[in-house]
Amino acid sequence: MKKFLTVFLVLAMALALLAGCGSTGDGGGGGEDSDVIRIGVFEPLTGANAAGGEIEVRGIELAHEYLGDLLGKKVELVKVDNKSDAVEAATAASRLVENEKVDIVLGSWGSTLSIAGGDAFKNSQTVAIAASATNPNVTLGNDYYYRICFLDPFQGTVLANYAYKTMGATKVGIIYETSNDYAVGLRNFFKNSYEELGGEIVAEAMYQTNDQDFNSQLMTVMAEKPDVIFAPGNYTEAALIMKQARALGYDDIKFLGGDTWETPPLIEVGGEAVEGCVITTFFDPDAPLNDMTTTFVELYREKYNEDPAAFTALGFDVYLTAYKAIEAAGSTDSEAIREALKTLEVEGCTGSIRFDENGDAIKDTAILKTVQDGKFTFLDTVKID
Amino acid sequence: MSAITSDMLLQSLANAITLGSLYALVAIGYTMVYGILRLINFAHGEIFMMSMYFAFYFVTAAMLPWYLAFLFAIACTGILGIIIERAAYRPLREAPRISLLISSIGVSYLLQNLAVVLFSGIQKQFPPVAMFQDVITIANVRIQKLSIYVPLITAVLVIVLLYLVNKTKIGMAMRASSKDFETSRLMGINVNRVIAVTFCIGSVLAAVGAIMWGLKYPKIEPYVGTLPGLKCFIAAVIGGIGNIKGAVIGALLLGFIEIFIVLFFPALSGYKDAFAFVALIVILLVRPSGLVGEKIANKV
Repeated sequence: MKKFLTVFLVLAMALALLAGCGSTGDGGGGGEDSDVIRIGVFEPLTGANAAGGEIEVRGIELAHEYLGDLLGKKVELVKVDNKSDAVEAATAASRLVENEKVDIVLGSWGSTLSIAGGDAFKNSQTVAIAASATNPNVTLGNDYYYRICFLDPFQGTVLANYAYKTMGATKVGIIYETSNDYAVGLRNFFKNSYEELGGEIVAEAMYQTNDQDFNSQLMTVMAEKPDVIFAPGNYTEAALIMKQARALGYDDIKFLGGDTWETPPLIEVGGEAVEGCVITTFFDPDAPLNDMTTTFVELYREKYNEDPAAFTALGFDVYLTAYKAIEAAGSTDSEAIREALKTLEVEGCTGSIRFDENGDAIKDTAILKTVQDGKFTFLDTVKID
Repeated sequence: MSAITSDMLLQSLANAITLGSLYALVAIGYTMVYGILRLINFAHGEIFMMSMYFAFYFVTAAMLPWYLAFLFAIACTGILGIIIERAAYRPLREAPRISLLISSIGVSYLLQNLAVVLFSGIQKQFPPVAMFQDVITIANVRIQKLSIYVPLITAVLVIVLLYLVNKTKIGMAMRASSKDFETSRLMGINVNRVIAVTFCIGSVLAAVGAIMWGLKYPKIEPYVGTLPGLKCFIAAVIGGIGNIKGAVIGALLLGFIEIFIVLFFPALSGYKDAFAFVALIVILLVRPSGLVGEKIANKV
């Protein structure tokens, strides 16, 4: 019995060790090697945002395979898991720049996680490019953080316009995730533009990441009889909110959300309850913008046999942008990359990418999608000047 | 803000009882193990998580009907509890209590990481069972059938458990062991067996709680047990850790606090979890032994 136990424990420990290695991915040994360009991938691979991280990493890997060598050197992806947690994210970011000594960082899914990692990148003067972090504070006051997606003030305006003008909603209730910088920001920007348009926010309720019971929040908000509920936050919590709303008998209330919702678990967990919800997003495979969109969609379909999500497209583009920037700079020196990013223009699969003085991509188009028959379906393209 | 209607009050009452009953099942596991080993089993939340995965795979991979799947999942969780006790706690029986505590934290991390490796970090949906999830309306209160079953199942299990602890031979052995290992051994009680049974019962209750939790909040991921585990630990302490009735009372209280804080003070809803901890601190300051806990002299 004792022997069996020893073997079991050793096996268990070996497995745990494997789990540790899994998160460093291709990184392995570390250290500097001048024949290799090391690109850090800073994403949540476990925890509440794992699905978001995974679909973004898929895009990064696809671009990595597609583009191949850079400046005559091999490119290596070094993945770290920021565990969907702000504290872990700060540690993971330090590990990337200090131990793994990567040349450039891509990610993270989730503005809260990106903001938490920001200081490590700034202090070590490593260029980081976020694929899908939409909160303004990710790049604000950080000269080394860039992003290739639109921002929340823009997204909030698009959603407010859609609610007020297209849906004809004059009363909106809000349920948002207070422990999430992204959700708090988006709620503020939505509220401002919606009230400017003449609408009224009739009720508000809050919740925390990882909460699972939203009955009270739904009841207090529904008591004010809103036309629509806007619920910025993480996708699983959103799915549970919609599910519990239907269980409480609020069958007709429509839900509106941001870009974070477009992940498979929203539909898997939410089931029929999420049908008809409307979200803003970056990309749709059925509305190709250029040749790169077509190339990307073909590559993805070949590998995964399904349609790519918007985050995968952004993952592809963020790798492409880093690749082109290093190519234009002719080296992996941070200052040279920053100089190159000033004038760089990349034709990505989510449209053309240029950066303003804050390091934000200049974008004026958002895509609206809805859930129909268990699938994210294209609704409309919105352009705002 | 409009006034809170009586419908909303009733609805919240139903929600609070359901949530409290779910907490109770898990809190009992903490309290039983503490009662006997004076150990706060930090791996309890992970046992909760594992049983959700067991149920998930018995339904999706083994394609069993839900009742068989749930039964097997509960059995597997009971066995897991025994294995954990055997591998991580029994070798430390004579070691200082703090080693046991650290061992339990180790088991907790081991199970979490094992789940990440085996089941991946991506959320899965707990298999739905229509019979539990259908919604019925009673006097304007809409509840899932589950909300009726959960308190009933909890009540039945608590009664069975109290009978087991107070009226049976093994229960008497448990109570004796919780007072004093050495003397119990001298009286011919197999303490190791008693402890194994305690872990098994605690894990089985956690499994029942986890399955009902999964039916109500259908999301599974490797960290799904952390927060319920923490809350139920608080519930057990509020009630008086080591006392089964206390755990049930503490759990119901916690359920009520969480639901009604959000209902009466929507502006504070983001701080829902904080109130659980505030309640814990207040209780510890005012009644350190918990609401129903009795003051027991420390073992020398």
